[in-house]
Amino acid sequence: MTPTSGRSAAPAATAEATVVHGPKRPGRPVLEARHLTKHFPVHQVGPASRRQVVHAVEDISLALPQGTVTAVVGESGSGKSTLARLLTQLITPTSGELLLDGVPVGTSGKARREYTRQVHLVLQDPFSSLNAVHSVRYHLERPLKLHRRTGRDELGSRAIELLERVSLSPAASFIDKYPHELSGGQRQRVAIARGLAVEPKVLLADEPVSMLDVSIRLGVLNLLDELREREQLAILYVTHDIASARYLADTAVVMYAGQVVESGPATQITDAPAHPYTQLLLSAAPDPQRTEPPVLRGRGSPPSLVNPPSGCRFHPRCPFAMAVCKESQPPAFTVAPDQVAACWLHEPGRAVDAAADDSAATTGADAGPDPASGATSSTTE
Amino acid sequence: MSTTTALAADPVLEVRNLCVDYGLGQDAVHGVTDATLTLHRGEVLGLAGESGSGKSTLAYALTRLLRAPGVITGGEVLFHNRPQGSEHTETVDLLAADAAKLRQIRWSQLAVVFQSAMHALNPVARVDAQLTDVLKAHRKQMTSAQRRERAVELLRMVGISEDRLRSYPHELSGGMRQRVMIAMALALEPQVVIMDEPTTALDVVTQREILEELMLLRERLGFSIIFITHDLSLLIELADSIAIMYAGRLVERAGANELFHTPRHPYSLGLLNSFPALHGERVRMEGIPGSPPSLTSLPSGCAFHPRCAFAMDRCRSETPLLVRPRGDGGGDRLAACWLQDGRQSPPAPLAISLGGATDDTPYGTAGHGTSGAGTSSAGTSGNETSGSDR
Repeated sequence: MTPTSGRSAAPAATAEATVVHGPKRPGRPVLEARHLTKHFPVHQVGPASRRQVVHAVEDISLALPQGTVTAVVGESGSGKSTLARLLTQLITPTSGELLLDGVPVGTSGKARREYTRQVHLVLQDPFSSLNAVHSVRYHLERPLKLHRRTGRDELGSRAIELLERVSLSPAASFIDKYPHELSGGQRQRVAIARGLAVEPKVLLADEPVSMLDVSIRLGVLNLLDELREREQLAILYVTHDIASARYLADTAVVMYAGQVVESGPATQITDAPAHPYTQLLLSAAPDPQRTEPPVLRGRGSPPSLVNPPSGCRFHPRCPFAMAVCKESQPPAFTVAPDQVAACWLHEPGRAVDAAADDSAATTGADAGPDPASGATSSTTE
Repeated sequence: MSTTTALAADPVLEVRNLCVDYGLGQDAVHGVTDATLTLHRGEVLGLAGESGSGKSTLAYALTRLLRAPGVITGGEVLFHNRPQGSEHTETVDLLAADAAKLRQIRWSQLAVVFQSAMHALNPVARVDAQLTDVLKAHRKQMTSAQRRERAVELLRMVGISEDRLRSYPHELSGGMRQRVMIAMALALEPQVVIMDEPTTALDVVTQREILEELMLLRERLGFSIIFITHDLSLLIELADSIAIMYAGRLVERAGANELFHTPRHPYSLGLLNSFPALHGERVRMEGIPGSPPSLTSLPSGCAFHPRCAFAMDRCRSETPLLVRPRGDGGGDRLAACWLQDGRQSPPAPLAISLGGATDDTPYGTAGHGTSGAGTSSAGTSGNETSGSDR
């Protein structure tokens, strides 16, 4: 299994083939997750054998090379935030492992601390992630003291430098402010600066702009873009907004019900989505350039993750569902260079006639557009 | 989608020079200043702005739901009341109306869907109790069987099955709760529904489903909507006309299409530049520099001038009024910007007339993502986009 196995996985077309999602770059990725799975126990009484679990994240392999942004896109409950928290080691995976610079991450206190120094998290809500009774200076100096053992004489200048790195200038005027004196965008910049204080290699940003005002979101996204360019960080950008994923990310990973349904270069995913769920997301996204009212490509809401649907978890909502979709879970099929989709429509040999079958078989609202528009052109390559 | 002209003759709600303060006297904060708006029968009017721009305050003021310390300090709100099936129109001054009159109008003629369905529904009452409560209060002649029947009908109208009647709000998903809120608002067949960020907390797919239903219901029942949101890109698809608020003032009002293609106010242009496009080339976009002002310390003159790329000396001292841009043809668009007063030619991005709006004209300040995409979407975005547009 190599990070570039996307293409070679296609002929095999079996469930065994492991697909590593994320930007394809030569060399070793900074952070690699292998077969990450997280099941949360449901609190209930009864014998252990009958205890149920929430299948929050199922067997996801992800590689984050330096200098790239990987977007994880999904609805609420898709497991995208759980994935980010697994990567921070804030929660322990049920199975699977994490590799930092190719080395498996240990579980001792020392190893964890070392890991935290390399991989840092930026949270969604800067109004609650900063402590209201402490100044900006405190927020920035604390990680420096704890993780970098910065001397007292250096602390102030390092903190100022951090503020400059997130374009809060003049830094001297911000350093002694308290969170309530800052606007939402400024707070989020402070939160990012705090993340940078430990000089991480990986920044995990969990919906970093969704709580911010529309007009300042782009500023924070552009900052993340600069950090990728300038500091060669590997960034994971978790979002529900597929348009912003397209704007910022190199690679988009679309999650549904705890699984990755499609991944590939961000513009390719939005321009030629292969998985019906990605198509549904795109058909629902606001788009001022639409001239006609959009046609939703699917209905309903995400399934319960306690008893997820059999086979493909999307099949109850999928306008193109076939018999096989209820029975077995589709592996990731290569649909275009670097783009994989876990959908039986893209099984080699099936794509063409499936497209024909489906447009005839589809009922009601979604008849019309060919189901595998991205695929029919690309799988036949 | 966005034709305002045909509706122009028949207003249902007129807001004139409405001013709302928070607090009294010298320290009062001006939440809404001089808002003038007209909602026509059957129209979807979008009200867009950032948090703190006064859009919710405006909605609460015109329904008289504003709580202290909010005070309406001026203006008038005229509601042209024409109940379903009636030919006669009665004009009510909502700001002068007494409690009895308000009780007659609120909900039955002028309903509100509040922002957070989670908090707006009573967590300890079942859905049927909440739905029939309003009928009990406003339709005294109905029997309990009729009320129940109506509740079932309302739920079905918003796509919820009958067996959910006995559910508590916590047993419903976020989308279903919002649907129940919409059903409640429509229970008495109002003429105007005010929706305050009705879909903000929902996933895109659920949001789209609810909006689709809402539009179908509007066609069937013929009510008008004031739709408040911060998501301008959604509003452009949804609304007939759009009013944009900044720091308590309306800065631009135009048909949705005109606003999208030819914004006249730099803030509108900046907002349009803040939403990454779904198609076309990836271009760096800048959004709007700086951050929204605090209402307690508003900049002098035009409140937007510190963030405006085109600010002139005049903008720092004098506040522009909401007027028709000079040189603008027909239509009923208004903009509050000194650039549009005819003394100077406005900068290129704000000067395009709708007729000559060729899509390849670069009208962005720093790489306008949407403009480039206008032409390239057909070519580059592939089958899927055209498919979903059908």
